[in-house]
Amino acid sequence: MDVTAVAPVGTGVAAGNRWRRRLRSFGFGLSVLAIVSPAILVFLWMLSLSLKNEIDNLSYPPVFIPAPPTFNNFVQVFAENSMGLYFWNSVVVSGGATLIALAVGIPAGYGIARAQAHKLTILILIARMTPALSYLIPLFTVFQFLGLNNTLTALVITHLVITVPIVVYIMAGHFETLPKELEEAALIDGGSVWTSFRYVALPLARPGIVVGTILAFIFSWNNFVFGAVLAGRATRTLPAAVYNVLTFEQLAWGPLAAAALVVTVPVLLLTVVIQKEIVAGLTHGGIKA
Amino acid sequence: MAASARPGFLARRHRSYYYFALPALVVVGIVIIFPWLFTVWMSAFDWKIGSVAHFVGLDNYAKLITNQRFIESIVHTFYFTLLAVVVPLVLGLVAALIFHREFPFRGVLRAVFTMPMMATPVAVALVWTMMFHPQQGVLNYLLSLVGLPPSLWVYSPTWVIPSLVLVEIWHWTPLVMLIVLGGLAALPTEPYESARMDGASEWQLFRYITLPLVAPFLVVAAVIRTIDALKAFDTIYVISQGGPGTASETINLYLYLQAFAFYNVGNASAVVVVFFAMILALALLLLYVRERAKWT
Repeated sequence: MDVTAVAPVGTGVAAGNRWRRRLRSFGFGLSVLAIVSPAILVFLWMLSLSLKNEIDNLSYPPVFIPAPPTFNNFVQVFAENSMGLYFWNSVVVSGGATLIALAVGIPAGYGIARAQAHKLTILILIARMTPALSYLIPLFTVFQFLGLNNTLTALVITHLVITVPIVVYIMAGHFETLPKELEEAALIDGGSVWTSFRYVALPLARPGIVVGTILAFIFSWNNFVFGAVLAGRATRTLPAAVYNVLTFEQLAWGPLAAAALVVTVPVLLLTVVIQKEIVAGLTHGGIKA
Repeated sequence: MAASARPGFLARRHRSYYYFALPALVVVGIVIIFPWLFTVWMSAFDWKIGSVAHFVGLDNYAKLITNQRFIESIVHTFYFTLLAVVVPLVLGLVAALIFHREFPFRGVLRAVFTMPMMATPVAVALVWTMMFHPQQGVLNYLLSLVGLPPSLWVYSPTWVIPSLVLVEIWHWTPLVMLIVLGGLAALPTEPYESARMDGASEWQLFRYITLPLVAPFLVVAAVIRTIDALKAFDTIYVISQGGPGTASETINLYLYLQAFAFYNVGNASAVVVVFFAMILALALLLLYVRERAKWT
């Protein structure tokens, strides 16, 4: 008797708990949705704008799903506004600045890590605090003097302001984590400091180099103001071109959104590829140009 | 061992390690340190590009003190910075607490959540400009869905800075989340177990264990956010150009106009020096607060 009397009460409590748990995980799911949706919705809206014709883009209430989607905006941007040229400029500038940064930054990171010269990283932190415009004014006047304004060379040099600190900082941090014993063995065997760097430390540092390369490239790619000030008509980088050439006065929303998408998609792809490493690299020192 | 056997070995080695940093130091000297020094030097001159420079000593600085527009730009900058630091810190903390839990598709959703932070600011700013449009913008449509009156967004002197902060929040909350998430991952589990046994509520666990333990990470995030918010340029320049009027003209925007619209290099350099001093002072202040917080 006792057992049967207790049993219904027991299942009632269990059911209540189950309901409460379900309600809770439902609420949790809602909060996940709430924090993730702004991130995804802005990109989806960008995509939607770029795939719609102008009538749909300017209609109110807004048309959310392009029906049917059109690629005319992309065609227009590339055919009439030399997006291809600007894209290539960006590749040259960010690629060049990243390569130079790797050439000088990898050995520097190694030197700082092995000489325990942490005071040199303070320099990088101060550089991180300096507003980009304060590099631009002196460099602009010097380039003016040298006749380098409006050239890709000037842009590559200026972008070193972004790429070198990132590479040095990430490489210094990475070499710190590598064991010294292997290098010491190489030194004791009669190798020079250079050979122990070149044949022992460098091959082990590949993951750090990948992160440094991609972050330096992304932040250089994203930079707007250097290109906006220093570039001429034919040497603009993508972000500068998107703002200066493809203005709201000349172009409709569709092509603008298409151009914006062309600028940012390469970066988002890179981000996805090395998601985990980027997270580690960024949180390590909060490095950002 | 090798070092004690041969005195000077280690010291010699250390010196040769410095040579590795030499090429980078040359580059940094040219593109970073030279501009710093040149800026300070130029700030002592009355100089427009294309004309002759006159030495004026501290005159450029003296003029800034009475420059109404510059003072206003400082006020705008601090208003913008305050909002653009506090809101992402709160939201980033909440997001980190959420992503600290286990749930399906956590990795994918975290990747999606961090996407804004890597997106090209100018590209995103263009899309936000379209979203802010008072007549055809999607934001006013969303407001109308929940029964709110339409806003002028960046076209209103009152709302332009909060609207720009909205973009900044969207962009940089993920960075705060990642920093705090790193802190949460390093938390010990013992205090939670014993507190649970003592019957502590979820709120008490958060308030008395989690929050104090992640506080140092929040300070780091606050320092980075403060520096970045003070330095914000791209989105403001693209979306509002400092307008309407000068309602959203921050120090950086004022600086840009002085340097590259009026070519007032001397004056702009003085602004840079003052601006940098402010950034440094605020960063040091926050780090000082962190040190103090450690002692108590």
